[in-house]
Amino acid sequence: MTETRASVMETARDAPALSFQGVSMVFPDGTHALNETSFDVRPGEFVTVVGPSGCGKSTLLKIASGLNKATRGTVSVDRSRIGYVFQDATLLQWRNVLRNVELMAELEDMPKGERRDKALQAIKLVGLTGFETKYPKQLSGGMKMRASLARSLVLDPSVFLFDEPFGAVDEITREYLNDEVIKLFQLNGFAGLFITHSISEAVFLSTRVLVMSARPGRIVADFAVPFEYPRRPELRFEPAFAELSGKISHELRGAHS
Amino acid sequence: MSASAGMQGLAFTPPALALELVGPSKRPFKLSRLVGPVVVFVLFIATWYFMHYWGLRWIFDKNGERLIPLPTDVWDATVMSKITRDDYIDGIGWTAVAAYGGLLITIVLGLLLAVIMLQARWVEGAIYPYLVALQAIPVLAIVPIIYVVFGGSMSARLFVCVMISFFPIVTNALFGMKSVDRSQHDLFTLRSSSRWTRLVKLQLPSALPNIFTGFRISAGLSIIGAVVGEQFFRGGSKPGVGIVIEKWRTKGTYAPLWGGIIIACLMGIITFLVFGVIQKLVVGKWHDGETQKD
Repeated sequence: MTETRASVMETARDAPALSFQGVSMVFPDGTHALNETSFDVRPGEFVTVVGPSGCGKSTLLKIASGLNKATRGTVSVDRSRIGYVFQDATLLQWRNVLRNVELMAELEDMPKGERRDKALQAIKLVGLTGFETKYPKQLSGGMKMRASLARSLVLDPSVFLFDEPFGAVDEITREYLNDEVIKLFQLNGFAGLFITHSISEAVFLSTRVLVMSARPGRIVADFAVPFEYPRRPELRFEPAFAELSGKISHELRGAHS
Repeated sequence: MSASAGMQGLAFTPPALALELVGPSKRPFKLSRLVGPVVVFVLFIATWYFMHYWGLRWIFDKNGERLIPLPTDVWDATVMSKITRDDYIDGIGWTAVAAYGGLLITIVLGLLLAVIMLQARWVEGAIYPYLVALQAIPVLAIVPIIYVVFGGSMSARLFVCVMISFFPIVTNALFGMKSVDRSQHDLFTLRSSSRWTRLVKLQLPSALPNIFTGFRISAGLSIIGAVVGEQFFRGGSKPGVGIVIEKWRTKGTYAPLWGGIIIACLMGIITFLVFGVIQKLVVGKWHDGETQKD
């Protein structure tokens, strides 16, 4: 497998920030997770992948970030500026919110003063100001996810990976968090790759929705989402929204068989 | 597309955020929680009196009145007698030196060994059997060797103390460091962190609750280790509690002997409690105690 490290200069214009070319993944235990998967995510694009459980959606992110190595195919991405939000908040229990948000920058050896400034800005941005000195056990699920978002923001990511991040929070909190992801997306213009089970979340957030087939996963449909940003919560109840969701749902049913 | 430029002056104020904060819960002290300990303590004293007057005679046909003196006699012989009292006060000091000195050595060596064993599964597998064996070595059997190597005084006691208190620190620390969440490891993998960074910023802090559990168990054992060490290695002018106990044992005077046993027990309990307080101060802020990992 050849892997090119695109430089920041090259990704500046229309070159994809993240590119999968014919990527296949077979785990050592024989599980065939991905089959010849190809797609691009350009700067300013927010791409969401929906698909049946266990179809290899999360594997996509693990390969994109370098946590897993693809068996075959090419992945191009600038790994120095990847943000990654996991299914769990994965905060370090012994660090307070501020020190947790600083973590990624700390691991990148960012100078202390700069790191602290950026962390405080990110905390403000996700609405956690005032909670800097709280520990994870004192936070609700939603607040933990906010802290987790802020932690990745500090690195000023050019590619932002989300692995079903809001699956464990309640519906209302999920909608707030969706609003925030959209605002962060508009503000930073990163290339987003989001994994979810929820079609409505996918349509609400994205510029494009990809549908993956059951294992071995591959992309079977690609929908452009035409709605303007910023997206208002009422969008979820409009006919065009329902129609697009219906089409995706239909594809997804096909993907199951 | 700089985040810092865009971040200025743009903050979200999500509604109902304040409601999301889960306040720290403090259980109010209830008198009813004292009932259990008081009942057990009364039972303990009652058993003591029973064994003195009847128990040892009925069950074992032995003279309980001589072997198990009354609590009041123990008190008189240990605390009210100036000579014995001074002996034990000195003894507590020397035993503390052996126990806490040994504990310190145990902590340093134990954590070091745990970190070494953490580095590879085969290292752990290779070393673990010897750790278990170390626990099973009868101290009495190797007294001559210890005597030759460390002499008959404080160093030998320290060695016995380390031998006896070593195991819990290593196993607890190792277990804690191995139990780090996979996804937390992924965070560090994403930034290609070194083993050292991972150890210092992830594995050690994450294992702190377990490490302190190891400290507490080993702290209690270190007192036992020191007293046992003193009974075998009585040289030097450093008569710890174990040596005072030995003196009364050879004389066959049981009241001050029991006093010494109780003093050793109290030292163990106090040490255990002190480490509990330190644990609470260090990890209490972020760790609940009841739930292991978040």
